[in-house]
Amino acid sequence: MKLARDLTCIELVELVTEYLEGGLSAAERERFEEHLGFCDWCVTYLDQMRQTLATVGTLREDDLSPALQNTLLEAFRGWKAG
Amino acid sequence: MDAEIVEALRAGDEATFAMLVAQYGASMLRVAQMYVRTRAVAEEVVQDAWLGVLRGIGSFEGRSSLKTWIFRILTNTAKTRGERESRSVPFSALEGADDEPAVEPDRFQPEGRWAGHWAAPPTPWSDQPENRLLGAEARHVVEKAISELPPAQATVITMRDVEGFSAEEVCNVLALSESNQRVLLHRARSKVRRALEDYLGED
Repeated sequence: MKLARDLTCIELVELVTEYLEGGLSAAERERFEEHLGFCDWCVTYLDQMRQTLATVGTLREDDLSPALQNTLLEAFRGWKAG
Repeated sequence: MDAEIVEALRAGDEATFAMLVAQYGASMLRVAQMYVRTRAVAEEVVQDAWLGVLRGIGSFEGRSSLKTWIFRILTNTAKTRGERESRSVPFSALEGADDEPAVEPDRFQPEGRWAGHWAAPPTPWSDQPENRLLGAEARHVVEKAISELPPAQATVITMRDVEGFSAEEVCNVLALSESNQRVLLHRARSKVRRALEDYLGED
């Protein structure tokens, strides 16, 4: 069996962002996925990156404090009257 | 759609203004905090930015999206304020050396048949106790890791992965090329992953 040896793990971890961003060419992507096909460790690495992004996403807050919202509305009214 | 919002804002429609504040206010506050020291100052930056939006809306030409335009005003306001606090950051430059690997090189085989393959491979996080990655502690680890990044990396990962901006929006707001944006994002994500790995590896 011939392994896809032309991409190593140390190279793959530098391509992860481009892969997730859809920035790899079709040939590069094929090489990337071929490596994942035989390397569970890199599959784990990619999973960890996806889980990292999910955790980063939980930092999002939806609302400003009511005090700041009020300040902004007052500024708006001042501008409108202005 | 932008055109209708711009029209309503010019006409002084308060509901439209409140809608925009609800939509972008929290993101603006978070991004502003990348440039200034305290949350209180960041709140002032957000206020000043909105005043800038209102003053400028009359001459907004729609050459960029309204969102991009608002966040450009925000980042310019924050930058000026940060400079006054002598916290100015050389932003468009790619910070750090080129050799900033995603993973420490000593975790790979240095030579032999398996050169460049994992020597100390990552272990699956799915073995972790349930929800450890989504808990308050993990959030704290991520927040700390982002705060320790060089400013441009911190700003890019915050806009992309916390606030959900597209790559194109980030490039337009921060005046970055597509490839610089991606390099900054890659370095930032790699370091945050590492921080989580360190955290989850502790017992």
